[in-house]
Amino acid sequence: MATVNLVYFAWVRERIGRAEETLELPDGIVTAGDLLAHLKTLGEEYETALEHENVIRVAINQEHVEHDEPIAGAREIALFPPMTGG
Amino acid sequence: MGGVPVTVRVQREDFDLAAEVQALSAGRHDIGAVVTFSGLCRDEAGMLSALELEHYPGMAEAEINRICEEAVTRFGLQAVSAIHRYGKILPGENIVLVVTASPHRQAAFDGANFIMDFLKTSAPFWKKEHAADGIERGWVSAKDEDDSARDRWSKD
Repeated sequence: MATVNLVYFAWVRERIGRAEETLELPDGIVTAGDLLAHLKTLGEEYETALEHENVIRVAINQEHVEHDEPIAGAREIALFPPMTGG
Repeated sequence: MGGVPVTVRVQREDFDLAAEVQALSAGRHDIGAVVTFSGLCRDEAGMLSALELEHYPGMAEAEINRICEEAVTRFGLQAVSAIHRYGKILPGENIVLVVTASPHRQAAFDGANFIMDFLKTSAPFWKKEHAADGIERGWVSAKDEDDSARDRWSKD
């Protein structure tokens, strides 16, 4: 078991229905992609939010990472849509 | 390139272009060119009453800082300031400011362009539109042309 702090932004936040949460992860979740797949099993709101998994961006400790990045030791993992600032 | 002043602010309040240019070049005699880019909120031909900008506090500043430092190294900039606003922004109001300084104009132009291209695609900000009738129009979608604009910097 590992504990992770998750933060969500924009429509990922709205669809999941909360801005942040702390979750206990089962063993076997190694990468950011594994985490996304696991979250989708937690309920309809996660399924809806993460339906188009390939567009979901992931940041670990406030730095962008790819979905194959290992999440071990992450203090904070953020999930959000493609960015539209500027 | 240590010692090049890079100023990054993420704030709700508006900013003043002249004051930011002044702050960046004050007391310096080595700067030959200053380029200023500011991005404003459009009303989309009267369809839009406001933009709501959400950001990831901490990462927004860190990411803009990474982009500015990269521009300093790549273009030999002498100073950079970047300010991005969040919260509700009305048509005609400022959203973002980038100021770059260099000895000659091309580096300052290219540096500002580079910073904006990366800021749009990798700084964690998201825009939601409010329609003129006050109803939410939803989140702005990311544009492919913004990715293309960013990617042209990696072609040599």
